[in-house]
Amino acid sequence: MIRSLPNTRGYAFSYNLFIILYFVFLFAPLAVTCVLAFNNSDFPSLPWQGFSLDWFFADGPSRIGIFHDEENLRSIWTSFETAFCVSILSVIVGTCAAFLFEQEEFPFKGALYFLMLAPLVIPGVILGISILLAANSAGTFVEDATGFDVSFLRPSFWLVVLGQFSFITTFVALVVSARLKKFDRSLEEAALNLGATRLETIWYVTLRFLRPSIIGAGAVAFLMSFENFNTTLFLVGSKPTLPINLYLQVRDGSTPVINAISFLLIVGTSCLALVNLYFNKKEAD
Amino acid sequence: MKSSKAALWLFLTPVLMWLVLMIVLPHIDLLIMSLRGKDELGKPAWTLANYMNFFSEPIYWLTFVRTALYSILTMLITLVIGLPTAFYIAKVGRARFQGFFMILLLLPFWVSELVRVYGWMILLRESGVLNFLLIKAGILNKPIEMLYNDATMIMGLVYTSMLFMVVPLVSVMESLDDSLIEAACDLGASKLVIWRDIVIPHCKPGITSGCIVVFMLSLGNYLTPNLMGGKNSLWFTEQIYNQFIASFNWNQGSAFGFLLLALSSLIIWAGLKITGQKLGETAS
Repeated sequence: MIRSLPNTRGYAFSYNLFIILYFVFLFAPLAVTCVLAFNNSDFPSLPWQGFSLDWFFADGPSRIGIFHDEENLRSIWTSFETAFCVSILSVIVGTCAAFLFEQEEFPFKGALYFLMLAPLVIPGVILGISILLAANSAGTFVEDATGFDVSFLRPSFWLVVLGQFSFITTFVALVVSARLKKFDRSLEEAALNLGATRLETIWYVTLRFLRPSIIGAGAVAFLMSFENFNTTLFLVGSKPTLPINLYLQVRDGSTPVINAISFLLIVGTSCLALVNLYFNKKEAD
Repeated sequence: MKSSKAALWLFLTPVLMWLVLMIVLPHIDLLIMSLRGKDELGKPAWTLANYMNFFSEPIYWLTFVRTALYSILTMLITLVIGLPTAFYIAKVGRARFQGFFMILLLLPFWVSELVRVYGWMILLRESGVLNFLLIKAGILNKPIEMLYNDATMIMGLVYTSMLFMVVPLVSVMESLDDSLIEAACDLGASKLVIWRDIVIPHCKPGITSGCIVVFMLSLGNYLTPNLMGGKNSLWFTEQIYNQFIASFNWNQGSAFGFLLLALSSLIIWAGLKITGQKLGETAS
């Protein structure tokens, strides 16, 4: 049944088969997507008509590859900008939250901690519509009071950033907290004894210790933001992010350009994932 | 250690601003919006009409019930597939391959959900890869549409949420002492008894957190039901989207949103209560 116990051959065989099938199930859609990005055909389907890089590099008129596809390139760039802003914001606030809940004492700490975990269990769609409503109310209020139209409170780039920030910060806070728990506080006490202020201690001692987890959390935040669909769907303005743009294209029919983008995404995220795992492992050793 | 007031405020201010402005106020706004409507004269007024509509129109509450039941079904299927997989990775497969297995397990989920759903679409649709292969192999004479039905949609949801079941199960199974299983085996227990009396009870925390996350993700999913489900398999999130974006009835949409939020909170609360866990433990 387990490694140390003998198994009948039939049992071991069927168990291994199950695991192989499981991983085939896991990778089949991704593998098919990647392979068909290189098919010399106008549709993302078999039969195989030869190897081609058209869907990456062709520049018209019959085929437009991803590197010449203005609209998709723009949405990729928008996604990068969004993810960059979201990861910076959420790393700053998430780190503050980690310090707040690990090192400070204040009334209603438990309730606030519970509130911080809430974004984990709020469905992304609900978060999207709530923030849309609140931004709309705030926008209307400001316009009534001062006569100014606050454009970032309408569905727009900055509203997407705020919406994604609101739940990604929780993940950052949890990752950084986990590392902060392992911190030896006598190091801080030593720094304070030697005359550093509390803020100097945090800057020169604690943050140095937290750096790997902050970078890791930033990478996770970047990826979560880059791929977010549910919350973004309701907040997006005239500049769609990549997942939204892809969704609109997939819904109305598909061309192998989508396979090419998917291929780039799969390769890109795999590299990022492997780098992250490598650093985690190095830290654990 | 002497705590300084400056540090406390430095940390508290951004966190408070985040939680109050981005989490608390929007959800209060959602509740208020769902209770607003127009009276007979067309003036804005407080009303329960948005909630009444939900109960009086079968299409609304049937979608709601269907979404909840299908999410539970997804959760159960994920659990049934996830348990043996996690057991293999933690206890059966060679120990030195464990890290490799975990990477394999994680990789597909780092890729955007949209790419994964798109992969299934080009595999399963009428002109898709699977149909092509089946016809080539002589199993089918003409292509059949495998997309756009409930079974495929459930499979898509299972696929999307698999990771969130397997990972907690693997981590909880690693802490299971092998000697317990060895002892049970020496004493003549069958595999079924070992699973029922040793493995499952030990894995309860992992099962709870896995089930909660999978249920919640399925309930709030929009992409998979929208792209893989048929015209008749409406998901409740699609109802919310239709109210907000298509018919621009924000009051009605807010009521739906609040109902979905209430359902997911209720299920999570019940799950934690039954197994006696706290949200913080499950989260970490």
